[in-house]
Amino acid sequence: MTGANIGMVRPRIGDVLIVLLVVLAALIMILPIAWVIALSFKLNQELKLDTNAVFHAPYTLKNYLDVLGGSNVFRWFLNSVIVSFGMTVGVLILSSLAGYGFARLRFPGRDILFVLVLFGLAVPEQAVIVARHQIFSMLKLHNTYPGLILPGLAAPFGVFLMTQYFREIPKELDEAALLDNASRFSIFWKVLLPQTIPAQATLGVFTFLGAWNDYLWPLISATKKEMYTITTGIASMQTNFAQTEGLGFLMAQAVFAGLPTLLVYLFFQKYIVAAVSGRAAR
Amino acid sequence: MRSATAHQSDLKNGIFVTPFLLVFSCLLVIPLLWGAWLSLTKADLFGPGKFVGLANYSRLFADKVFLGSIVNTLYFVLLTVPAFAVCGLALALALNRQTRFATVMRAIFFASSVLSVTVVTLIWRIVFIPDIGLLSNIFGWLGLPQVAFLSSPKLAMPAIAIATLWWGIGLPMMLFLAALQQIPGEIYEAAALDNAKRWKTLWHITLPAIRRTFVLVLIVQCVLQFQLFGQAQLMTQGGPNNASRPVVLYVYEVAFRRFDVGMGAATSQVLFALILMAALVQYVVARRKEESR
Repeated sequence: MTGANIGMVRPRIGDVLIVLLVVLAALIMILPIAWVIALSFKLNQELKLDTNAVFHAPYTLKNYLDVLGGSNVFRWFLNSVIVSFGMTVGVLILSSLAGYGFARLRFPGRDILFVLVLFGLAVPEQAVIVARHQIFSMLKLHNTYPGLILPGLAAPFGVFLMTQYFREIPKELDEAALLDNASRFSIFWKVLLPQTIPAQATLGVFTFLGAWNDYLWPLISATKKEMYTITTGIASMQTNFAQTEGLGFLMAQAVFAGLPTLLVYLFFQKYIVAAVSGRAAR
Repeated sequence: MRSATAHQSDLKNGIFVTPFLLVFSCLLVIPLLWGAWLSLTKADLFGPGKFVGLANYSRLFADKVFLGSIVNTLYFVLLTVPAFAVCGLALALALNRQTRFATVMRAIFFASSVLSVTVVTLIWRIVFIPDIGLLSNIFGWLGLPQVAFLSSPKLAMPAIAIATLWWGIGLPMMLFLAALQQIPGEIYEAAALDNAKRWKTLWHITLPAIRRTFVLVLIVQCVLQFQLFGQAQLMTQGGPNNASRPVVLYVYEVAFRRFDVGMGAATSQVLFALILMAALVQYVVARRKEESR
């Protein structure tokens, strides 16, 4: 509780108990990941007999070498990189332009259009996915990068976030420039956009993570093996799991697929925390 | 007064929002309307079908597997949403301090949220899998009998719920933390002077102060958990005996495995309606309570 002063008077049994419970919960959070990482360093033959084998040597890097050497996994990884970066750049451009427009300019129908965008926030992907799939078939967009990237660009959340952010920038900043007859675009580009870098970072990290982890749309849109993303690619290899053929190999893939997002998380924690707490980091 | 030229309503200003609105219309608004139309047709994946009225819906509600998938989804929502709210709040209360320990713990509890569903399900299948799984090992060390979680009709859904809770607990925790930090410290100081007990403080000060966030967490989690798909598809394929088949998996199978697009579209309309209803009910209930205060 905020009242640190309450606990300071005399350390209570309650406080100790809370810390113990939190540590226990944290162990439960970490244990499955630790187990997977440990398995990924073991030879498959050994794991077939008994997964308790993780507690003693020999350990091996063979599974990771197999992942890197396997033609598909590397291609999937590259696809994920292309799709995630494409979507992130696209969302940042569209949301910044629209956020500026909605927050600081006037044009006929602005308020109605903004409400329409907010309604978009309430529409879950599943409500549109069947029709979207059909439209993309007609346009022959399946199994292409645009086919994977485009649906992510229709994200109203980015516009909402950027509009809020642009509204908070002091009016004086661009008014002076306007009186000097600078064009609206140059004001946007040179004066306002530099002010929004923290919000861009927040939105960018979130879009990237969302794109990297997206499952449903890549699953139905990219049906050719070479167009899988790392997320759907690894999923496609999970099916023969029960036979535990190549358990260590599978676990190495999980580590390989999970590591980039965990690293992004470590580097951009500040922006992630800001975004989920509902305020852009400053 | 601001200068008139700077703030005139001008159609040209709309050019900034046009790119987004184009994408938004083509990829969200049109598919939404198209989907509503599709649900009234008999169609395949490759083009418009013929109008059949509400036939898809009546077929749908006659299908035991579909009705079962609604029950499964509601069961999953009931399992997860309260757990997310309670555990998220408990963690936030415990970690709402400016210590290094709290910062590290927060990072740990949020870290799993950045993993993809594929990685999460790989992790949890290796926890639940019989004989060689983590739980099997732990049960073995403790001398407990083996349990096949994912192949038991009774335990499959709770097992998926546990994996989901592990995956998503970071978000509600963060939302509650943000809300707790907004509560002005003076309120607590006043309470401390009154020698109020911890539970009393929690019940009478903290909880009322964060009720809006509580409702927000419930609504957000409801919307998210109604969309259960990847975990069920990857951990159990909806089995055993349809026990863990959620609505979205049903949509996926009908539309993209059986190519019955009209029926798939109808199913997604029903899901959309369910989600909207659940969110609205919570919103209205919360509103009414607030007004009656």
